[in-house]
Amino acid sequence: MRVAVCDYGAGNVRSVELAFRRLGAELGDDIATADLAVLPGVGSARSAMEELRARGLDRVLVERVAAGRLVLGICLGLQLALEWTEEDGGVEGLGLLPGRAVRLGAGRVPRLGWAAVGDSAYYFAHSYAAETPTATAWSEGLVAEVRAGSFVGVQFHPEKSGAAGGRYLERCLSRA
Amino acid sequence: MPLPRLIPCLDVAGSRVVKGVRFQGLRDVGDPVELGAAYSESGADELVFLDVKATLEGRRTLVEVVRRVAERLAIPFTVGGGVRSVADAEQLLRAGADRVALNSAALERPALVTEIAERLGAQAVVVAIDAAGGRVRSRAASAATSRGAVEWAQEAEARGAGEILLTSIDADGTRAGYDLVLTAAVSAAVSIPVIASGGAGKAAHVAAALEVAQAALLASIVHEDPAGLTRLRAELRGLGVTLRDAA
Repeated sequence: MRVAVCDYGAGNVRSVELAFRRLGAELGDDIATADLAVLPGVGSARSAMEELRARGLDRVLVERVAAGRLVLGICLGLQLALEWTEEDGGVEGLGLLPGRAVRLGAGRVPRLGWAAVGDSAYYFAHSYAAETPTATAWSEGLVAEVRAGSFVGVQFHPEKSGAAGGRYLERCLSRA
Repeated sequence: MPLPRLIPCLDVAGSRVVKGVRFQGLRDVGDPVELGAAYSESGADELVFLDVKATLEGRRTLVEVVRRVAERLAIPFTVGGGVRSVADAEQLLRAGADRVALNSAALERPALVTEIAERLGAQAVVVAIDAAGGRVRSRAASAATSRGAVEWAQEAEARGAGEILLTSIDADGTRAGYDLVLTAAVSAAVSIPVIASGGAGKAAHVAAALEVAQAALLASIVHEDPAGLTRLRAELRGLGVTLRDAA
């Protein structure tokens, strides 16, 4: 099983790669041909989209999803896959799925820490959340997971969510 | 709201974990990766690694420690001590850290908070505040500043910080309880999460801190015995604190 993590200057590439390596996956560089492509993301939406476009990764990801090949978006990676995000004064996303990301309105922001999604707790670190008809799981009323065709997105960080996160990534691998 | 977090803190000097009382008298208490792993297995929600010497030579060692910790652990961790630039922060995050904690460098040049937040996101920037008598101190608590802790926390938030790590120098290492008055004042003044730090001696102290802060930093209370974290978690649950099921 070959996993390719989009490296576009986002800080957490290594954490994501290490998580997949712990599961026995092989890591590759070719986003187009890997069994599973991962769009990680921390940082700001505008600079992340600019970096994705500068590297041509936006086009590769759109083609991959159109061809029915699995892409996993994590945190900002999920938000960038939407049509639009409110962050940085409004940024157009990849449009891999319908919907937008809006700033969190309640509680302390950023929303940092472990919160339940179904039976397990996962680690969240975000200031924006998705609004989309493609949501498949929620955490405290916020979208935690989306699925649209061959795109799966999670608002939490499975690579930092201990044993539960490892099991989540293992299920992604089994679908690839 | 996410669950309250228990965050063991590992003070690092070179490649070893050390502990002092009121910032003095450092003694060696173990290997950062092994201790980090033991805490993770005992149910730590996050870890904080603070480079208490933060020398230029120590920086390379610190990045190597971060790389080894990230290989071993799948929980979030923050690294602080000597972070002075966006490049320093990026290097630590690329090595596998989730957040950097800024202290003296942010006091000297507050714009650094904004620069790192714009590049790496607010969630990556923790402003660490060491306070004595409600006043901020810098350089590992050795130097006075003109700032009040509440006012500096508010400015840090306005400049883009995603979290405040508030250490009471008066309480640090005493095991006599967190400085609840200071913590509550800072927590009420900002809308970003606050980590209470300094003074944990028993479960009731931690439970009280979690009433006013979103997370509690743990040092003396668990250092010599990571299994103590398992017992602490059980005691906290007995006191009615809802914690993550780490299995």
